[in-house]
Amino acid sequence: MRRPIATLTRDRARSVERTAVSRGRFRGRTLGEGTTAYLFLLPWFLGLVGLTLGPMVASLYISLTNFSLLSAPQWTGLTNYTQLFADPRYLQSLKVTFIYVFLSVPLKLALALLVAMILNTKVRGRGFYRAAFYLPSLLAGSVAIAVLWREIFSDNGLLNQVLGLFGLKNLPSWISTPHYALYTLVVLAVWEFGTPMIIFLAGLQQIPRDLYEAAAVDGAGRLHRLRNVTLPLLTPIIFFNLVMQIIGSFKTFTPAYIISGGTGGPNDSTLFYTLYLYVQGFTQFRMGYATAMAWVLMVIIAIFTAINFFGAKYWVYYEDKGS
Amino acid sequence: MATNTVAKRLLGSKPIVHLLLIAAAIIMLYPILWMLGSTFKPQNEIFTSASLWPKAFVGFENYTKGWSGVDGHSFGRFFLNSFTIAVGAVVGNVLAGSMTAYAFARLNFKFRRVCFAIMLLTIMLPYHAVLIPQYVLFFKLGWVNTVLPLIVPKLLATDAFFIFLMVQFIRGIPRELDDAARVDGCGYMAIYWRILLPLMMPALVTTAIFTFIWTWDDFFSQLIYLSSPSKYTVTLGLQAFLDATHESSWGAMFAMSILSLLPILVIFLGFQRLLVEGIATTGIKR
Repeated sequence: MRRPIATLTRDRARSVERTAVSRGRFRGRTLGEGTTAYLFLLPWFLGLVGLTLGPMVASLYISLTNFSLLSAPQWTGLTNYTQLFADPRYLQSLKVTFIYVFLSVPLKLALALLVAMILNTKVRGRGFYRAAFYLPSLLAGSVAIAVLWREIFSDNGLLNQVLGLFGLKNLPSWISTPHYALYTLVVLAVWEFGTPMIIFLAGLQQIPRDLYEAAAVDGAGRLHRLRNVTLPLLTPIIFFNLVMQIIGSFKTFTPAYIISGGTGGPNDSTLFYTLYLYVQGFTQFRMGYATAMAWVLMVIIAIFTAINFFGAKYWVYYEDKGS
Repeated sequence: MATNTVAKRLLGSKPIVHLLLIAAAIIMLYPILWMLGSTFKPQNEIFTSASLWPKAFVGFENYTKGWSGVDGHSFGRFFLNSFTIAVGAVVGNVLAGSMTAYAFARLNFKFRRVCFAIMLLTIMLPYHAVLIPQYVLFFKLGWVNTVLPLIVPKLLATDAFFIFLMVQFIRGIPRELDDAARVDGCGYMAIYWRILLPLMMPALVTTAIFTFIWTWDDFFSQLIYLSSPSKYTVTLGLQAFLDATHESSWGAMFAMSILSLLPILVIFLGFQRLLVEGIATTGIKR
């Protein structure tokens, strides 16, 4: 992307500058550099103080109180946090979310990598396949697709109709069976493999051809090249995708809400972390409790990201550091 | 023999790879196409046929039935609401984002490095950290059940990710252009407005399309901020419709779902290159 845009930019730059200048000087007094900077930063600064830093401090405080929005918060110290870990539904939401993350992220990334490697072999119609595989991930966050999923996995939904063609009868409703409901959401997550696939594909195209040629000259077979050239050079991209997907998966909300009708059911089997946070904060109006949940979620995400970054030293290969 | 060469031309020299890819593409797209086909089927056929093509074609019955909406508000209303919010968010992110990015990328001021570092840190901050205090703030301001909580944060450049994207882009534009413009009498404001903004078009379009898609698809914030049916967006309308009909009218439900995906499909078809490049070079989430 860089090169075409750079040349495009340079070409347009000339014409833009010419028109800007010929349109006449910007009249009126001109502001100094510092003043302009502060003026331009004003919206961002207001947002930073009013909508990010201020609320963060407030959120720490609220998490230490009993607060229902309509009455003033009452200080309760760490009670919310200790209560969390004695709350069976909270522990269930942790379990559900962890199973989801640990299943969906590796499956999604493995599929994304596999398909990207196939598409990288100059197959004909690559553009079409790329579009076909990418489109679902663009749509998958929507309520519409969650609605569709709810139908597909219901008792006489699309899946059971298709399985029926193969002679399988008396199949359950997957979304209303506690044992299976979560897995329908894992399938949805894997169906969205398009985004990491695009990133993998871009990474694969960056690997210099001559490395493969050199490896081939040395008599390396397909598997050898995969293990000793492709995968090591791709590790920074794998790492990036891993971090992004883990963070994103922990925050999954919409499909779980729609498929379970906002309850996290059946039997709390799809009670995702953020769904339970929503239930506590916005249907029970236990805002202190929900805020404590938000902080624990942030800590969990931070720990996972830290583990990733720490572990990266052992498996991620960066070219500029030397081998 | 003729069919053989046609097949060969279509599949190239790797027929097995192609057959696998075609099978995968069918599996990936089948659910969406089936949903589209089902909008023209009668209710009982949706539950009995896995075929894409309706056997008993009902015309646009499901569409008109769905369009009437819920609680006396049609989907026309919901679409209008969604568009209002999405356009507001796009304008906010493009304008406030590019202003902030210009200051960081081109202007010298005190505490620039500190501010930039803070901005980068806020990219990493999960939305949940500020969720409830923001809600309390907007509640106290009387903004709950209006579109303001969904637009004003964008006007205040809280989507730091896009600021970073634009800073990187501006850094790629040669500084000599600014200098030349200054010699010709442009002030700092004019450089932003007349030189950089036109040159930043690819970054602005990328910001605009991703902001539009995310806002259009957004469910969580709309769910917590908008409560009366007249304020519902398309996503909330779909959810309310699902609750109200208790799965008794899948056809209408699917019809509205398809309509709700249309703007995204249009963007996909129109801007596929920018979408793919945006993801490939910056790793935009999702």
